[in-house]
Amino acid sequence: LQMCFGVSSLSESREQNQYQFYNLMCLFFYFRDRKEWADLEPVPQDDGPNPVVKIAYSEKFTDVFDMFRALLKNDEKSERAFALTAEAIELNAANYTVWHYRRVLLQALDKDLREEMKYITAIIEDQPKNYQVWHHRRMVVEWLNDPSEELQFVAEILSQDAKNYHAWQHRQWVMQEYKLWDGELEYVEELLEEDVRNNSAWNQRHFVISHTSGYSAILEREVQYTLKQIKKAPHNESAWNYLNGILQDGGLSSYPGLLEQVTELQDTCSSPYLTAFLVDLYEDALETNSSSYDQQETLNKALELCKLLAEEKDTIRREYWNYVSRSLQNTYGSGDPVSSSSDPPPPSSSQQPDTEPSDP
Amino acid sequence: SLSLLAESDDNNFILQGTQVKDVIIKPDAPNTLLLDKHADYIAAYGSKKDDYEYTLSEYLRMSGIYWGLTVMDLMGQLSRMNREEIIEFIKSCQHDCGGISASIGHDPHLLYTLSAVQILSLYDSINVIDVEKVVDYVKGLQQEDGSFAGDKWGEIDTRFSFCAVATLALLGKLDEINMDKAVEFVLSCMNFDGGFGCRPDSESHAGQIYCCTGFLSITGQLHKVNADLLGWWLCERQLPSGGLNGRPEKLPDVCYSWWVLASLKIIGRIHWIDKAKLRSFILACQDEETGGFADRPGDMVDPFHTLFGVAGLSLLGDEQIKPVNPVFCMPEDVLQRVGLQPDLLS
Repeated sequence: LQMCFGVSSLSESREQNQYQFYNLMCLFFYFRDRKEWADLEPVPQDDGPNPVVKIAYSEKFTDVFDMFRALLKNDEKSERAFALTAEAIELNAANYTVWHYRRVLLQALDKDLREEMKYITAIIEDQPKNYQVWHHRRMVVEWLNDPSEELQFVAEILSQDAKNYHAWQHRQWVMQEYKLWDGELEYVEELLEEDVRNNSAWNQRHFVISHTSGYSAILEREVQYTLKQIKKAPHNESAWNYLNGILQDGGLSSYPGLLEQVTELQDTCSSPYLTAFLVDLYEDALETNSSSYDQQETLNKALELCKLLAEEKDTIRREYWNYVSRSLQNTYGSGDPVSSSSDPPPPSSSQQPDTEPSDP
Repeated sequence: SLSLLAESDDNNFILQGTQVKDVIIKPDAPNTLLLDKHADYIAAYGSKKDDYEYTLSEYLRMSGIYWGLTVMDLMGQLSRMNREEIIEFIKSCQHDCGGISASIGHDPHLLYTLSAVQILSLYDSINVIDVEKVVDYVKGLQQEDGSFAGDKWGEIDTRFSFCAVATLALLGKLDEINMDKAVEFVLSCMNFDGGFGCRPDSESHAGQIYCCTGFLSITGQLHKVNADLLGWWLCERQLPSGGLNGRPEKLPDVCYSWWVLASLKIIGRIHWIDKAKLRSFILACQDEETGGFADRPGDMVDPFHTLFGVAGLSLLGDEQIKPVNPVFCMPEDVLQRVGLQPDLLS
């Protein structure tokens, strides 16, 4: 016995109550046996002009989809057709043709869209990782022009799986379409409190800020926030990607105090990401020919870190680190030919970066 | 590195003191390529009488056929599939609007239009369908901002931008859409980490990145990609087990061996992946009894993961498999016959 879908809200119409009753019985009364469906000739599955293989279906699946095909063939737009789409969806919510048909019926029969919202809410809660169900919800929201339930609904789905890609797309669409930005940064922070490695939440943070205040005025706040999260969980790709991303335009090496703060983290919060970030920072210093950095020493430090990553801290990506090393040598080195098994770079003259202008 | 791993909770392992989400490959996992078993698996797929899964997947049947045929061709076993039946099936799936559906009685969609055109390219039988009408259908789905809807219901996704240009490229009709706007839209989906999502501001995701780099390859715009930054993000997908995930802090999945690897190949950075470790992960995803590949070791196999496992191994250079084109996920020799050589970065 299948668990039948009887969760949808009850409607007043007698026709619908009949199907509701059948659903709630938890015994399946095949459509082919129902007198109200006797006028329809079920259309069996057609796999092409010369079907070579015979496929056995479960009885219920066959029954429902044979009737569905009959309805499609006759282009029938009726209450019973509408009820059947719910049955078909329950059996296979990924079947996009059924969803299309349901939307056609919603419009042709002028169905109550509020009821449809309740229906799609239940379906998504049951099967939240499906393109069709989310697209259907979006259409209903658009038809109703009412986003008032959306943020709360998506939050509920995200509470079950905080990285559901479809849920996040829907949320972003609602926010942009209806300009619902308030409170989102707080929501993102809540999610990051729960799981600081939630890449979707970091992406959302970037989304909200980009579309509201922008980064110029609040850049320092974001840098400090990100460093704070890194201290909590140093091995966090998302946080480091975010830090890198928001500082791209300005340049890593020229951001005041950044090198010091990151270097300070090395003792307690070291990770391959921190080391990689330092390489990026040094590379930026070299690229911009920054007067705050001794170019040769910076190059040596960068090469040393690349070697550390390639040989010890991130060996699975040794090819990448060797590439970075070679690029740095070729671009900023003294011009000697380079091989990846080059001599170790000369030891650094100090542990602290040289922030004084170098002597002429 | 196995000795450095201690299980903390389900799929969260402690490696060198930090928490890592990954799988552990068991010592007895398959470590040789079982091509004959995979060919038998695909050849028999759908012919078992009680195969409920096959029934359930009718709504994507055209793509299912594309996965099966492509992997069989890559293994040199295409002749075991029923060419005539499939071609007739495709003819029955083209609608008046020109679009092609997943199966008979289903509505047309860009996804299945591409799959159908890919299959007909494999079989060198493009002209059994009305090509002009396919072009009309694809053109009609382009929006004002350059994006493409998947079908008349309007879902926008960079996957559909890829489907549109890949379809038209295979038909030799790329000039029929507004290319500048199409490119503009895809580039607007580039994120701060160098990756791409399904729409502007969507989280970077390896599947979407494959579609966007594939798109940019077909349209000759790869120079717009930040190859070092994106390549870094992509090679970061590799986990200690050797497998690849689709975005940070997710489990590895064999299909990402395709999405990530093909993207890296397109942008000229495939050597940034540890090939030996990835190969051993992919091989571990085989099922020695049934044939086929699963998403990760020990799970149930399916044709989708079987194609991407084999295609991934091809990209890694396995000589028992035909070379696969990283943009179209079709055998290179088919594309040579069609005359398509999309750009790749070096």
